[in-house]
Amino acid sequence: MPKDFLKGAAEEYDVVVIGSGLGGLTAANVLAREGRSVLLLEQHYKLGGLATWFKRPGGHIFDISLHGFPHGMLKSCRRYWTQEIADSIVQLKHVRFDNPMFSLTTTFDRKDFTRLLSTDFGLEESRVQEFFDTARSMNFYDDQAMTTGELFEKFFPGREDVVRLLMEPITYANGSTLEDPAITYGIVFSNFMSKGVFTFQGGTDHLVKSMEREMIRNGVDIRIRCNAEKINIENGAVKSIQVNGREIRTKTIVSNANLRSTLFDLVGEDYLDTKFVEDAREVRLNNSSTQVYMALKEGETVDRDTGDLLFCSTAELFRTNLLLSKDVSSRTFSFYYPDIRPQGKNRYLIVSSTNANYEDWAGTDKEQYEADKQHLIEDTLNSLEKYVPNCREKIDHVEAATPITFEHYTKHKLGSSFGTKFEGLGVSRSLPDQVKGLYHAGSVGIIMSGWLGTINYGVIVANDVDSYLMKSESKPLASS
Amino acid sequence: MAPAEIREAIIEILEDIAPDEDLSTLEDPKAFRDQLELDSMDFLDIVMELRKRYRVQVPEEDYGHLNSMASTVEYLTPKMEDIAV
Repeated sequence: MPKDFLKGAAEEYDVVVIGSGLGGLTAANVLAREGRSVLLLEQHYKLGGLATWFKRPGGHIFDISLHGFPHGMLKSCRRYWTQEIADSIVQLKHVRFDNPMFSLTTTFDRKDFTRLLSTDFGLEESRVQEFFDTARSMNFYDDQAMTTGELFEKFFPGREDVVRLLMEPITYANGSTLEDPAITYGIVFSNFMSKGVFTFQGGTDHLVKSMEREMIRNGVDIRIRCNAEKINIENGAVKSIQVNGREIRTKTIVSNANLRSTLFDLVGEDYLDTKFVEDAREVRLNNSSTQVYMALKEGETVDRDTGDLLFCSTAELFRTNLLLSKDVSSRTFSFYYPDIRPQGKNRYLIVSSTNANYEDWAGTDKEQYEADKQHLIEDTLNSLEKYVPNCREKIDHVEAATPITFEHYTKHKLGSSFGTKFEGLGVSRSLPDQVKGLYHAGSVGIIMSGWLGTINYGVIVANDVDSYLMKSESKPLASS
Repeated sequence: MAPAEIREAIIEILEDIAPDEDLSTLEDPKAFRDQLELDSMDFLDIVMELRKRYRVQVPEEDYGHLNSMASTVEYLTPKMEDIAV
């Protein structure tokens, strides 16, 4: 008989959370702390969603999505998790750019960017300050008519080099482009600029294990290898969840699954308004990624001045389609030094990331796919050679992930690695108007993605759920 | 709770949310954001704490009332007057 991963689970919970990405984990933790009974379901055998890691022989541990987040993460971890987790957050002080337009290293904060833009780039300082203030004052509910490209054109007309400095890192951080609403840029850029780029010392595995311990302390019932099959709805409200062939009663569900899977697979169109279904169908998914993971041999090192994050490109100009092209000319290297990413042994790791289109990788036969993957690895090593001389001799292990890999592990449609475009936020937020007690807290709308965005969105939704539960307690349930 | 007690309750919440801020110089009619380093998540925390501590609900469309100490106390007075201190 197969193992029963739901053994000992209760018949009913106040809240069921589907999916254990950072948004799902945070919603589960906050609600458990408020005294709610919480069941957390994860289909995979590991918690964390895209905040994940994998091990390879030789003691190498690779992080998938731990590349750098804004300082706000410190406050969110302290408040919604623990002081211990917050205390593990450290700054990445060497953010480096190298492209045909400029080469520089920065701490990636407002002060240093103001210096760079007014000296190296020769802009008027008052104009730079005005730009920063404009970006900082943006709210997610503001007018979306202006695009990021138009915002740059307004402040720095014709300055492609300035656009590149301001935009390239954000494109890598959240997949947004010059064609997206300016607010998606302004909010994320300002979050980074407040104090710079930070990371979690000890790696993703350490973080997720700390979070798991905290959830257990707060009484969350955590179940891995539990696949949510169906959300059962009665009289327009959540009644129960079907999981691993069992029905568990609940008044509220937080889905941390992909927005489309939540609506069309778990709920089903019959329970949703026609207009809502139309809006949901029009939500564009964000692009996917490719990554190349490289581990250095024992004893080999990388000079600290190589940088923590390196945005490198051989493209003459900055163009969104060039960033997505399978013919890669731009990539981000994340360097993991032993002090930041302890592995037991003093190992150095490098992860190269590139934004990618799913279509470019799907539909090729196996032989071509493997050849394309090998080509990606060779290209990456050629590029790395400039920054880590003789890198081929120093490397112990190398492998690549493509949009197909992301699709396989996350079940995200099109291997989307940055959630949805902006319009996904409205659909996600209005789900409870369609089905009472049903909430979505996934990576949506660009601003609610990335490590900080998704944690904060988990809190926002937990607040809605707690409020709904309190309201339903204060009035008789069987009203009809 | 009387307005003065509601004000005290808000101060206690703010002390937990923004431990590094000096609240003794807070000017009630002025916007919180012009005096303290508060972001939208901090305001959400105020809402969550009000519900947790006093079972008071602040719906999203009313978040604007939490602009300053004066407007917050005025907004909360009818909601909290029956709460025993």
